Amino acid sequence: MSTRTLAVVSAGLGNPSSTRLLADRLTTAAIEALGERGVSATVEVVELRQHARDLADNLTSGFANESLRGAVETVAGADGLIAVTPIFSASYSGLFKTFFDVLDKDALTGTPVLMGATAGTARHSLALEHALRPLFAYLRATAVPTAVFAAPEDWAGGDSSGPALTGRVRRAAGELADLVAGRPPAAPDDPFADPATSFEDLLRGPGA
Amino acid sequence: MQFGVFTVSDITQDPTTGRTPTEAERLRAVLAIAQKAEEVGLDVFALGEHHNPPFFSSSPTTTLAWIAARTTTLQLSTATTLITTNDPVKIAEDYAMLQHLAGGRVDLMMGRGNTGPVYPWFGQDIRNGIELAVENYALLRRLWTEDVVDWQGKYRTPLQGFTSTPRPLDGVPPFVWHGSIRSPQIAEQAAYYGDGFFHNHIFWPKEHTQRMVEFYRRRYAHYGHGAADQAIVGLGGQVFMRRRSQDAVDEFRPYFDNAPVYGHGPSLEDFSRETPLTVGSPQQVIERTLGFRDYVGDYQRQLFLIDHAGLPLKTVLEQLDILGEEVVPVLRREFAALKPAHVPDAPTHASRVAAAGGARDATVHTGGDGVTGRTAEAVTR
Repeated sequence: MSTRTLAVVSAGLGNPSSTRLLADRLTTAAIEALGERGVSATVEVVELRQHARDLADNLTSGFANESLRGAVETVAGADGLIAVTPIFSASYSGLFKTFFDVLDKDALTGTPVLMGATAGTARHSLALEHALRPLFAYLRATAVPTAVFAAPEDWAGGDSSGPALTGRVRRAAGELADLVAGRPPAAPDDPFADPATSFEDLLRGPGA
Repeated sequence: MQFGVFTVSDITQDPTTGRTPTEAERLRAVLAIAQKAEEVGLDVFALGEHHNPPFFSSSPTTTLAWIAARTTTLQLSTATTLITTNDPVKIAEDYAMLQHLAGGRVDLMMGRGNTGPVYPWFGQDIRNGIELAVENYALLRRLWTEDVVDWQGKYRTPLQGFTSTPRPLDGVPPFVWHGSIRSPQIAEQAAYYGDGFFHNHIFWPKEHTQRMVEFYRRRYAHYGHGAADQAIVGLGGQVFMRRRSQDAVDEFRPYFDNAPVYGHGPSLEDFSRETPLTVGSPQQVIERTLGFRDYVGDYQRQLFLIDHAGLPLKTVLEQLDILGEEVVPVLRREFAALKPAHVPDAPTHASRVAAAGGARDATVHTGGDGVTGRTAEAVTR
């Protein structure tokens, strides 16, 4: 059985948090789906609430402090990402956006991403498509087709509403697992490896 | 090991008085700081180059020439000279001229500059920063080492039969450091030529510095200039000192909290833990600075930033007194005792002339002017 790393970013602000609850469900389903494909998964969760001040500091100082650096490295080095945010004012939360703002712009290139969101009303559900999907498109990540939105009615009502959410979670997790299992494990990008381009080539200039 | 100060030439409001110095005041202050640096026994003064407010230093060679005339031992350098937006021909001429005026007490540090709009103001594009640094520097070296240059490149007009004057003093051009915070290509460039590598080492965690220096050292050895631990490394640093540690913290805090670079963000305590910034007693600065060697190895030059964020001149001069009296003598002794014999000192004009086999006059005498065919001698005869 081969192994992959899943990073989970949850931007929920409360504790307990419905955003984290959705993230956990997506994670459990993804592990299961990967297992069905013969892949075991290591999961690392980044609770952005714990990094709220670190993120603000990063904005003014230009670098991630020691505590935030761990979170950034976790996400940048993962084979797959589950990213879940509450929807505020028709879009992802500022905390969520700030985290992706301070990531290196190439950190998620090609990384399969499962997007999730929670909100107080189902009318926010398309925020996944008009806000999160373009964000991950910009970062050149591979967002899976199914994004999972959970409104209050998805949590309420027990069995009558449960299957719908569970079904979406399973479908999205399966899509993520297909992509993650289909790629070799992420090789850490080392900018300090001996250069692929020799200095003589740099001197000759582009197109030479 | 060389010790000195470097300034970014910012004009910043003093947050404790609400007063912002004028350009003239700040410029005078920097001249006073440079002279004081020599007076208290420091080795190096380095000055940045900027072409936008709130900085005043657009013309480092003019400033350094003034300082050269009023000092006798101080090594003069830049931090940095913009190799991307300056014409390499003008850099070759200006710094050779300065080298003559300063009796060889000149080296310079190449940098790309990090302010997007500055590039187009000088006809360039920040996206070509690395390419410009590579092409321009390659030309600069030829202009200093070859008397007559034919050259064609991508970023400036071609040269045919061009001689950059004055020729370098004693036939040996100024030593060059390459400054970069996180571009491996620039560390590679320094390594390729066997030049020095300077990491500004401020405002960022030490891990970045460490990785850049390690890479430079490895590539320096790869290109056959010597062993990795013989590569020429310079570091920045940022300090504020008072006899009592708490006095230093109390006095520096308003400057820190409002500094353009990091103000309104992390606390002074967090920032001091995360970066090499040291605010405290002279002894604390000594210990922290000696600790730099633990992660970059034996290095050749240590420059401190002591005059930014609106600190008044009087305070900066007091910092220089403390550096000269209490800090640098101890650091000099301790670093020297730790340094193995095979690790070289920072290159100076004297050591470079000796390495070149002695001084030679490099003057290029023209055979005759191309229009009249007459030489200067022929005219006076």
